[in-house]
Amino acid sequence: MRLLSCAGVGARSWLPGVVVVAVFLAAVCVSLMVGSYTMTPGEVVATLMGQGSKLQNFAVLQTRLPRTVLAFLVGTALAFSGGILQGVTRNPLAEPGMIGINAGAALAVVLWISAQTSAYYSQLDLFASVGMPVVAAMGALLSTGLVYGLSHNHGIRPVRFILTGIGVNGGILAIITYFQLAMSKGSYNQVLTWTNGSLWGSSWTYIALVAPLILAVVAIVLAKAPSLDALALGDELACGIGVNVSRQRAAFVVLAALLAAFATAVAGSIAFLGLLGPQIARRLVGPRARVMLPMAAVVSSVILVVADTVARNAFSPIEIPVGVVVAVIGVPYFIYLMIKER
Amino acid sequence: MNDKVKRTVVFAAGIVLVAVGVLVSVCVGAKNIALPDVLGAIFSYDEDILEHVLVHDARLPRALCAVFVGGVLALSGAMMQGVLRNPVAEPSIMGVNQGATLMVSIALVAGLAGGALGGFLMALVGAAVSGGLLLLFTLTNSANQSMARILLAGTAMSTFFLALATMVGLLGNRSQELAFWVAGGLRQTGWTQVAVLAVIGGAFSALAFAWSGKVNVLSLGDEFSCGLGIRPVRVKMQVVAMLVPLCGVAVAVAGNIGYIGLFIPHIMRRVIGNDYRVLMPASFVFGAAVLVWADIAARMVMAPYELPVGLFTAIIGVPVFLLLVRGEKH
Repeated sequence: MRLLSCAGVGARSWLPGVVVVAVFLAAVCVSLMVGSYTMTPGEVVATLMGQGSKLQNFAVLQTRLPRTVLAFLVGTALAFSGGILQGVTRNPLAEPGMIGINAGAALAVVLWISAQTSAYYSQLDLFASVGMPVVAAMGALLSTGLVYGLSHNHGIRPVRFILTGIGVNGGILAIITYFQLAMSKGSYNQVLTWTNGSLWGSSWTYIALVAPLILAVVAIVLAKAPSLDALALGDELACGIGVNVSRQRAAFVVLAALLAAFATAVAGSIAFLGLLGPQIARRLVGPRARVMLPMAAVVSSVILVVADTVARNAFSPIEIPVGVVVAVIGVPYFIYLMIKER
Repeated sequence: MNDKVKRTVVFAAGIVLVAVGVLVSVCVGAKNIALPDVLGAIFSYDEDILEHVLVHDARLPRALCAVFVGGVLALSGAMMQGVLRNPVAEPSIMGVNQGATLMVSIALVAGLAGGALGGFLMALVGAAVSGGLLLLFTLTNSANQSMARILLAGTAMSTFFLALATMVGLLGNRSQELAFWVAGGLRQTGWTQVAVLAVIGGAFSALAFAWSGKVNVLSLGDEFSCGLGIRPVRVKMQVVAMLVPLCGVAVAVAGNIGYIGLFIPHIMRRVIGNDYRVLMPASFVFGAAVLVWADIAARMVMAPYELPVGLFTAIIGVPVFLLLVRGEKH
């Protein structure tokens, strides 16, 4: 274990870090500037300092800033979740959106919405919105448990885990479609934003709800990061350096599912974000989890903030689900990786 | 029971299932129609009698479409499994159907192409693009023939195409109509659709049956087929070239109906063995039978409301998929 944590990347890691954080700040600034009411960078800074007009205060502090903060939280959660799954399954292409975890959370939320109320985001009462992360977490854990249980055949094998996840994903999507078709057009469009991912309903309430949860799990993952590195080496090797493979693997899968669930609870099911962040981060700073995962979080946040800005403005006043934009960026990269990688 | 007798029995059973299914499908519905009226509608059509009109304009074309779509999808699945040597290859799992779905949704929203033929042409473009991507993907890197990688690529592609279709639907404010397309169903079926399916689907199915010998060789492995003087790359390209119109026509008529191409060939494999010359026609017949009966279920379970037929195929398909994955060794 000691050997592993010493095998750091050293001096190489600070430069990409600085660059990525700078890019992130620039993306945040742009996302705060543009919209149906466009502002200059100076105005944004002034508003953040508390010197904005009433209109500027509303646009930045009540509408755009919560969206951006939520994008950061969701990007972080999905990047960690994807990074963990890639390490645990030793498959660089694993991702919570593809192996049924997001879908499980989305199904639970769909059921919750259709059982609770037909009102829209802002009118969802506090009970309904407080319940949402809990329900989503339960859905995600249930589907993860299902995938885990179904792929358990004399132990869990990473490949079988992924394949089973893809199957469960397909099944859950079929069930969601069934509920969608039975809905009224209004509820249908609402559910559509869940199944495709959107930051449309962001508010400080949501942030207050999920921020502590996401940050807590992220802290746990960072504390356990060396075991994740060990698992990525393979079962035999990890076992050889004293890691209880099956227990650690189960623990990490649960943590990944929780992160994906919290992200899905506030932003719907956004696929590929958990894939892109870790992939790019690994290229920048190497595979060590304690460095790679925070880097991946920033990269995923950049992608989500940019994608959200595009989703809000590209077809204004119609807003498209941000998940669609992420998929449009993510899939070509994914296919490129698969064709290139040996 | 020797092989020949067994095959005859299997085919006879399949054809009987299809025939009975078509009859039942025509008879039952929101309004049940007695058998004499059905026969009357076919042999002495009178457009003043409601029952005759129902049978002639709605029920019969729908049942026939189910026969062709089911058959074509199961046949495509069998062929894909053979040439990719991958037990879970299937047009909807590999993203080919979703590519077609995207183009159909664009056509629908933009009002580009009207009618069954126009929809088919658009679906053809979509299926060709996604089929081409799949081909590129499997041919450029031999590691990509592994089950996990092919499935991940297929899932990524279908997510991509469906995300775009969702966006198109939202922008055109027709997303819920499109959802029915994504889920699959036989709502919009008339004689034009039957004609398109019969001509294009029939022709390419016949061509596919003629190619079954080569699929047989390819299913044994690339090295083996080289040894027999068959170029695997060329056969793969030919097979994909046949799959594109087959999937295109199925999607243009019935939307994206999943899993039929997965579980039918596998069940047939258990029953009559791995010879694709028999397996492919058998998959066609039983795919037709299953879709006809699934469509009856979709219409009757919550009558008078109609459920998406894809739900029923998924109920059978997903467990079969999971079983296959469970047995996978590498």
